[in-house]
Amino acid sequence: MLQPFIDKLVQKTPSSVSSRVRGLSDKKLAWLFVGPTILLLLAINIFPLIWTIYLSFTNYRVNRPNRDVKWVDLRNYERILTDSDIWQTMQATAHFLISTIVLQVVIGFTLAFLINKKFKGNDLLTTLIVLPMMLSPAVVGNFWTFLYQPQIGLFNYVISFFSGIDPSSFSMIGDVHLAPWAIVIVDTWMWTPFVMLICLAGLRSIPDSIYEAAECDRASQWRQFWTITVPMVLPFLMLAVLFRGIENFKMFDLVVQLTGGGPGSLTTLSSIDLKREAFEKWKTGYSSAYAVILFVTVFGLASIYVKALNKVKDR
Amino acid sequence: MNTKIGVKALAIAVMAGSIQTAAADDLTLCWASWDPANALVELSKDFEAESGHKMSFEFVPWPNFADRMLNELNSGGGLCDLMIGDSQWIGGAAENGHYIKLNDFFAKEGIDMGDFIPATVTGYSEWPKGTPNYWALPAFGDVVGWTYRKDWFERPELQKEYKAKYGRDLGVPKDLNELKDIAQFFQNRTIDGKTVYGAAIYTERGSEGITMGVTNALYNYGFEYSNPAKPYDLDGFVNSKEAAAGLEYYKELYDTATPPGSSNWYMGENIDAYKSGQVALQMNFAFIWPGVEADPNVGGGKSGYFPNPPGPGGHFAQLGGQGISVVAASDKQDAALEYIKWFAQKEVQDKWWKAGGYSALKAVVEDPGFVSSQPYAKTFLDSMAIVKDFWAEPAYADLLLPMQERIHDYVIAGKGSAQDALDGLVEDWTEVLEDEGKL
Repeated sequence: MLQPFIDKLVQKTPSSVSSRVRGLSDKKLAWLFVGPTILLLLAINIFPLIWTIYLSFTNYRVNRPNRDVKWVDLRNYERILTDSDIWQTMQATAHFLISTIVLQVVIGFTLAFLINKKFKGNDLLTTLIVLPMMLSPAVVGNFWTFLYQPQIGLFNYVISFFSGIDPSSFSMIGDVHLAPWAIVIVDTWMWTPFVMLICLAGLRSIPDSIYEAAECDRASQWRQFWTITVPMVLPFLMLAVLFRGIENFKMFDLVVQLTGGGPGSLTTLSSIDLKREAFEKWKTGYSSAYAVILFVTVFGLASIYVKALNKVKDR
Repeated sequence: MNTKIGVKALAIAVMAGSIQTAAADDLTLCWASWDPANALVELSKDFEAESGHKMSFEFVPWPNFADRMLNELNSGGGLCDLMIGDSQWIGGAAENGHYIKLNDFFAKEGIDMGDFIPATVTGYSEWPKGTPNYWALPAFGDVVGWTYRKDWFERPELQKEYKAKYGRDLGVPKDLNELKDIAQFFQNRTIDGKTVYGAAIYTERGSEGITMGVTNALYNYGFEYSNPAKPYDLDGFVNSKEAAAGLEYYKELYDTATPPGSSNWYMGENIDAYKSGQVALQMNFAFIWPGVEADPNVGGGKSGYFPNPPGPGGHFAQLGGQGISVVAASDKQDAALEYIKWFAQKEVQDKWWKAGGYSALKAVVEDPGFVSSQPYAKTFLDSMAIVKDFWAEPAYADLLLPMQERIHDYVIAGKGSAQDALDGLVEDWTEVLEDEGKL
């Protein structure tokens, strides 16, 4: 159908142009197509990364444009790695990361396992379960501050209903012991459906014939679960863990809305701390070093993890 | 003849019209988004009618106000022609050329800084402090003070119980310790079938909240920003034993006499807690008082006001408020100056006070009728006489952030001791001042 149009276009193309294009080798043609993308990648990813690495060795401050920029060698890195406050934010990040991933995997897999069974209202329930992840993190953070409100918050009343504790006697986001768990609960509430969906995809990808064969071999439900379901869903689960791990390592909006990093610095995750150093204290060189350290950490951990994931897939 | 006169009149009218059109500017005034800003919108309608200029407004909520507006000034953006900026910005704005200097304009228009409350001139207009270099006209006087439930304080059964417990009458506290006693007295008390708490105090971490609150205790226990005899000499002044005692006092107040969950509260949260009947006392800037008086639950005589009480080291209160400046990046500076000239007039300042704006003009606040004009007028005047402000250095934001962090970590999260927090603050501030070349 397009042939007449193409023929017309070929006829109308000036011979000088057509001969030039005809003269291009496959390699050159490939570069012609890929070139703009590579240029864009260099401009928005690679150059900023190299620039950040350069800045991390300087005392540059973006809000002091007229001040001399000094090369400070590894001083920024040294200061960061010996700063107990930074290690505290790293601990807070690790606590958040590990707790959310464990809870989301356990609950997400359980929900997926239950949803995978055929029952009436299955579709409606799935839709309801995935609703939280469709909301904006800022909105979620905001309304959970109300749910956690000691005087009027629904969360406190629910806890009070089941435990008999006075609802206004505890504050989820104001108490130093409860606040780290308050952010874990909200993130788990919001993102467990995501893990559930990935697990569901994994569960539904297992052919029925495998279970039928196991039934013929008189394998128990328990054995089927451990020898068929778990190994076959594992790559999906690991993928979910990778996604959630990367996402939660850079978690910012939800926690800022919920606790603002407090009380004290107890819920100040690395991303929040980095933002404060870079765009509130304007320590550009210092925060560049901080960003490089975080990048290396995530990149290193993710690389190890992806290798493990590939091994599991190849098994 | 008549035709000629008619034609001439028409020509003059057309010319006058065209002149007015050419001279009329669309001015944008930038400020925080709060009640006084709404009052200023109303007030500015008079300016529009008189001058022919059109006023637009850019109001940003307090938590984002400094970030948004300082970025605007730093980037040389043309959004604002007039800026009602925070008192602490004056050093940076003056040294970085964000505001135009107003000395010549004041001299030309006969605006005398001696006509304004001295603390507001020092706080909002001068840089360097204590020198006659003016970058703003005092626009809105403000200071941290206290609001209390007068109707609760007057209840005979509570008065009796308080007297039996503390041996004195339940009333306006004479010092910070009495304030703490009263707040603790109300903590977890049942009033009208509802559990209430002692005091709503500033604890906010993200912007400037806890600093604006804790300084009211620190100043009155003996905290100094630096050696009065040697500027920028911090050690032993910021972290003196007296200052540490002040910080411990604030923590104790937070731990024993504030509502649960009030770990990140600033102006808005304190207002809400007070108006909803959760607390007996609230710390807040004076700007809230007109709103309290007008509130159906706590206004109309149910509330009383008092200045921040003295402590063992002195009697001070944290200065708030702002001056109005002309932004150097504006291309409508003449019209912006016209606005300042109009705003400085006694009649306009009178209207400003009546509309809920806190005038800093002596002719307004020293008027014999001023003290009785509002239930909080005397408290405002008394408070303005004891003000002290945070650093107004160009590096003010760099100095504020570590204070927010150190104080919040100690008071709210209980990290380390008060002395540790202030020692850490000295280290942080020393680093900032070294970076600035001040040390």
